Amino acid sequence: MYRILRTVLMTLILWAAIPAAGLRAEEPLRDLVNALGTAKLSNMDEHIAALAKSGDPKIVPILEALGDGNLYVRKADGQVFLTHESGTALTLTDPLSGESVGEAPKSALSKIKVNNGVRRAVRAALGGLTLLSPDRNQRLKAAQSILQSPNADALPTIENALSAEKDAAIRTLLEQARATAILASDRPGDEKRQAVQTLKQNGGREALPILSAALGTADETLKPEIEAALASIEQTQALWAGGQNVWYGLSLGSVLLLAAIGLAITFGVMGIINMAHGEMVMLGAYTTFLVQEIVRTSFPGLFDWSLAIALPLAFLVTGAVGLAIERGVIRFLYGRPLETLLATWGISLILQQAVRSIFGPTNREVGNPSWMSGAFELGGLTITWNRLWIILFALTVFAGLLFLLKKTPMGLQMRAVTQNRRMASSMGIRTPVVDALTFALGSGIAGMAGVALSQIDNVSPNLGQGYIIDSFMVVVFGGVGNLWGTLVGAFSLGILNKFLEPYAGAVLGKILVLVLIILFIQKRPRGLFALKGRAVEA
Amino acid sequence: MTIRARVSGAFLAAALSTTAFHGAFAAEDTIKVGILHSLSGTMAISETTLKDAMLMLIDEQNKKGGLLGKKLEAVVVDPASDWPLFAEKARELISVDKVSAVFGCWTSVSRKSVLPVFEELNSILFYPVQYEGEESQRNVFYTGAAPNQQAIPAVDYLMENEEVERWVLAGTDYVYPRTTNKILEAYLISKGVKPEDIMINYTPFGHSDWQTIVSDVKKFGSAGKKTAVVSTINGDANVPFYKELANQGVKAEDIPVVAFSVGEEELAGLDTGPLVGHLAAWNYFQSVDNPANAEFIKTWKAYTKNDKRVTNDPMEAHYIGFNMWLKAVEKAGTTDTDAVLDAMVGISVPNLSGGYSTMMPNHHITKPVLIGEIQTDGQFETVWETPGLVVGDEWSDYLPDSKDLIADWRAPMSCGNFNVATGKCGGKGS
Repeated sequence: MYRILRTVLMTLILWAAIPAAGLRAEEPLRDLVNALGTAKLSNMDEHIAALAKSGDPKIVPILEALGDGNLYVRKADGQVFLTHESGTALTLTDPLSGESVGEAPKSALSKIKVNNGVRRAVRAALGGLTLLSPDRNQRLKAAQSILQSPNADALPTIENALSAEKDAAIRTLLEQARATAILASDRPGDEKRQAVQTLKQNGGREALPILSAALGTADETLKPEIEAALASIEQTQALWAGGQNVWYGLSLGSVLLLAAIGLAITFGVMGIINMAHGEMVMLGAYTTFLVQEIVRTSFPGLFDWSLAIALPLAFLVTGAVGLAIERGVIRFLYGRPLETLLATWGISLILQQAVRSIFGPTNREVGNPSWMSGAFELGGLTITWNRLWIILFALTVFAGLLFLLKKTPMGLQMRAVTQNRRMASSMGIRTPVVDALTFALGSGIAGMAGVALSQIDNVSPNLGQGYIIDSFMVVVFGGVGNLWGTLVGAFSLGILNKFLEPYAGAVLGKILVLVLIILFIQKRPRGLFALKGRAVEA
Repeated sequence: MTIRARVSGAFLAAALSTTAFHGAFAAEDTIKVGILHSLSGTMAISETTLKDAMLMLIDEQNKKGGLLGKKLEAVVVDPASDWPLFAEKARELISVDKVSAVFGCWTSVSRKSVLPVFEELNSILFYPVQYEGEESQRNVFYTGAAPNQQAIPAVDYLMENEEVERWVLAGTDYVYPRTTNKILEAYLISKGVKPEDIMINYTPFGHSDWQTIVSDVKKFGSAGKKTAVVSTINGDANVPFYKELANQGVKAEDIPVVAFSVGEEELAGLDTGPLVGHLAAWNYFQSVDNPANAEFIKTWKAYTKNDKRVTNDPMEAHYIGFNMWLKAVEKAGTTDTDAVLDAMVGISVPNLSGGYSTMMPNHHITKPVLIGEIQTDGQFETVWETPGLVVGDEWSDYLPDSKDLIADWRAPMSCGNFNVATGKCGGKGS
């Protein structure tokens, strides 16, 4: 105990007097750092602990570099350096002075190997070292990592940090970390009891493993309390799980909606069985890939905007392809659904193989912009940013399309032509132009869906195939020719799927959904929202 | 489905006629080698690379003077990821094109569909992909890993080095993951893991919505015991799976995922930054540092004229299989199937991970097992490897049905499923 307190004290002193202490601690510290170069994966954690014990803030960047795989040892003399890549060579930085010491070819150095165990040790050590850092983000990270690797030895450090901490979010984390550490320590029962309460109040799912682990070692008086805390957390978690399922269902529904919404135009409104619809989605995704590729090589600063740039481009590209397909093939086949089906299926194969020949059969990397990465917690829900944006995007596209169809002259013409072609033609509407534009619009929207789907799925020539069946399912289920039906259909299928999945498993869940749809179509052949009136007969 | 297959067949025939027959040598003076890999459809993503690798190997061998004084000629066909078409195309290769050996197949179901053809027409197939075992056939050489050359060492690694006590076995719903998971489950239970600490989950091919499953994994992992995911998820489903893992913040330090079907090629479509530390078990990584591998990578990049192309484990399996076949043909002095089959057993050739691989009497080969962690550059770094070579075990010792079975294709036994308990050839054990 005395030793730990001393370490903490030393840490504090060192923070205050970096320059002076730095000079004195230089030599033994360098030996410790160089020792990393010869350490084996199996005893690396001892070396890291020894470094952490020195308490010198200078080792923070060294440990970070080690965790990131940027720490190299020079083969000639066993000196360890921080590095970063510059072309084929490595730029070396002295680990202690932080001064650049020139470049060296990669072959002259060898990387210090790290594995998950080493990364865990680094994370724990960094947590202890940066808990008092003046930078809020660093403290937050430290608090998180200390919470992930609870350790009774860290208790004094945590308490020390807690007494100095002002930030509420970090305090909560630290309090949890303290409670965790107390449960693992030999503190008296009262403190432990309090710790259980703290965890019960603050902790969500993260508290479960801590409490279950503590249950094993706890004495008899404490056990019922831990069990009660576990039960109460599990109960809240079960409640949240229902909400989480709804969220997953909404997000799956939004993906279905995006995939189906273009088809709701080409199949739903125009009545064309368009098997090449999935390929429009794929072309949209490849447009995103190309945009990102150009952004990455020429304007790396704009990467976060790449999706915004790709959206209109994808719309134009796939819209143009759609226009070409309609003018080149489909216009000769109106009123012959079987031929249309075969022709569009053929087009879909041609497009797939064309993309495969141009871009290769392997997946292409489409990166997530920073605002679409990661997740945040909302109560007991984990909400991933990319899903949230996709839901919002799907709804925006839907609203935009609805507006276009219902409130603009072009939409009026589209509806007129699809409802009664001859009458519309007599009224002076140029029906071939409207047909071509409607098909191009449907294709363009599929392309925009591709931009969004590139964020969660493979960008490969097969991308579209995975969505074509689902899209038809949604449009038919929702009611052909009704946009609202597509919306309601997509979300109800998504939610149904996600509620079945935990019980039936993904495979059976999907089958059950299909069976239910077949039964439903038997009962209501025109789907959820059937069109009524003369339009149906037209 | 038949309409679909026919239409796709017609289109592909047109597309292929321009690219298929590469070798432009005079017909009578060549030894023909069949390449049976899908160039279209869902499996094209993985198999096209193998076709290119084979063409490169044949090209290189021709530069060295061919085989038995003749040039080698590649015959490429496209079974279009369609399992019955695999059998048709195999028949075409053997009886119409008269190839001396075939290199091909990826999925187990495609291999199973061509087995009777190779048996009936007595030809040779080299199968380069890791598979579930439980098979040994006279006409097939398995150059990929059997479960004991990949799955079991990976689980051992996690148990020893990461002290994992709770296991999620997640796979795509077909024969390879199901059999592998059955073997792993039996193995884990034999190691004292409780059944409630094993969670098994299957998903359809091409599954793209992993939200529920990843959150289930997180929940399963929050029981206070170290948890790991053993993934036999195949093909396209991997990218959305890893993206979801990254987004939901499942870090390798907390819940590592070890995959058996994710190689350099699959990672090429991913931002690997958030995935650093997740594992894969293979018998070869592109990052393996030795002169033979450096040479192979250089030739591959030059052949494909693409500096970013990666190499992977099944390519190495073809490299080993092709060199073994060359040696066996030279040893037999003929490409006659029976003579080559006899000559194959015991052939030893260098592999790319710095040692030698030998063809065993059970038609499986010896390989080292490597465990690698994903790095930011999309490569794997070897963190552990078996001290020596591991012999492929075709009949798993952990399944009650197959633990008494062995395969030995040398005379006089010449049997793929010899039961040591009953002393008879044929049938499953006990």
